[in-house]
Amino acid sequence: MYEGVLQNLIDELGMLPGVGPKSAQRIAFHLLAAEPADVKRLAHALLEVKDKVRFCRVCGNVAAEEECRICRDTRRDTHVICVVEESKDVVAIEKTREFRGRYHVLGGAISPIDGVGPDDLRIRELMTRLADGRVTELIIATDPNLEGEATATYLARLVKPMGLKVTRLASGLPVGGDLEYADEVTLGRAFEGRRLLDV
Amino acid sequence: MSLYRDEGIVLRTHKLGEADRIVTVLTRRTGKVRGVAKGVRRTMSRFGARLEPFTHVDLQLHNGRTLDVITQAETIHPYGEALVHDYPRYTAGSAMLETADRLIMGEKEPALRQFLLLVGGLRTLGSGGHEPRLVLDAYFLRSLAVAGYAPALEACARCKAPAVRAFAIVAGGVVCGACRPAGSAVPAGETIALMSALLKGDWATADASEGRHRAECSGLVAAYLQWHLEHGIRSLRHVEREPASSTTLD
Repeated sequence: MYEGVLQNLIDELGMLPGVGPKSAQRIAFHLLAAEPADVKRLAHALLEVKDKVRFCRVCGNVAAEEECRICRDTRRDTHVICVVEESKDVVAIEKTREFRGRYHVLGGAISPIDGVGPDDLRIRELMTRLADGRVTELIIATDPNLEGEATATYLARLVKPMGLKVTRLASGLPVGGDLEYADEVTLGRAFEGRRLLDV
Repeated sequence: MSLYRDEGIVLRTHKLGEADRIVTVLTRRTGKVRGVAKGVRRTMSRFGARLEPFTHVDLQLHNGRTLDVITQAETIHPYGEALVHDYPRYTAGSAMLETADRLIMGEKEPALRQFLLLVGGLRTLGSGGHEPRLVLDAYFLRSLAVAGYAPALEACARCKAPAVRAFAIVAGGVVCGACRPAGSAVPAGETIALMSALLKGDWATADASEGRHRAECSGLVAAYLQWHLEHGIRSLRHVEREPASSTTLD
């Protein structure tokens, strides 16, 4: 136990995800030894992020303004919406440079065991976006785990009567891996989603 | 014994650190076990989908100080694959897993009958032969019976008189007019018969029951379960009653 403000800092740092008591102590002593200007810059960044970052009113992605950069971009295809669980997934897909449509961030996935149901996600907002009839395809890019699949099933059931094309990201073998290490479910999905080689 | 092997059903998972998960498994021989699966959230993980909830797995674990470490996993049957594409079945299955997790309090205390019951319940749910809510209620009643909380459904829970009038959760089942405590429910005779059929595994009677009796039965069973668990089952709020048309993606 340290005195006063130093212990406060260690306790606060220890509240961060993935930071245990030892790591919190190491970070605190690093900050203590750092230049005052560097620490001020970090403190300013922390305050600024809470002050300025908000959620896009259209898609739910993190944004510095009312709407995020992607929703403001008029060059993006407004007919295709890609549904993801978190803002982090938007960044991952953007890195591929394969998708030029817009996004919708649900804020999680349906997980009854954790008490998260459809009403706890931004599904109502998605239905409002789809209601104007401009969107022709909905790409469901929730995580390829059980909760993500259940969310995809729920969304597909909800959206299908609207006559939209509903697609799900392909599941299968990871690039760079060995076939023999693939589990039965992944390999089964890879077989289901096999494609014709056009050579 | 630092290394051991067992088979089990994955009940739930929690994220841990950057890419790990804490996996809770109900095993055949060891009982409920919590183990760390390292790197399982990475797309290149050697565990792949083997440690997803509902999966029946063959595991190798290493005894740890607080949590065991899962070193190998092989799929015996991925029950989740059948359930996840049918939303009502998925929600009913989630309630089964949560109940198993809550009913079995202690870790590493063998619970073979609960394990066999859960495997049977998931198999029946996945086969699609019966309405999911019926399968769920049957699982609730039987898991309570295995835990020693079987409701009395044939004679008064207090005096054993054959003439029953009401269902009292605090009394432990149906009660006669004389023993009936205040606040008892008065369900239809068909509802009690349905509960009895579900407890015994009489599917012909259960499948032939009417919707209103199923709804009444579900309400009583859920209240009875949560009273004995002294805890709410969060998944129950999300369980869909009627099976919707099955959905597949184009």
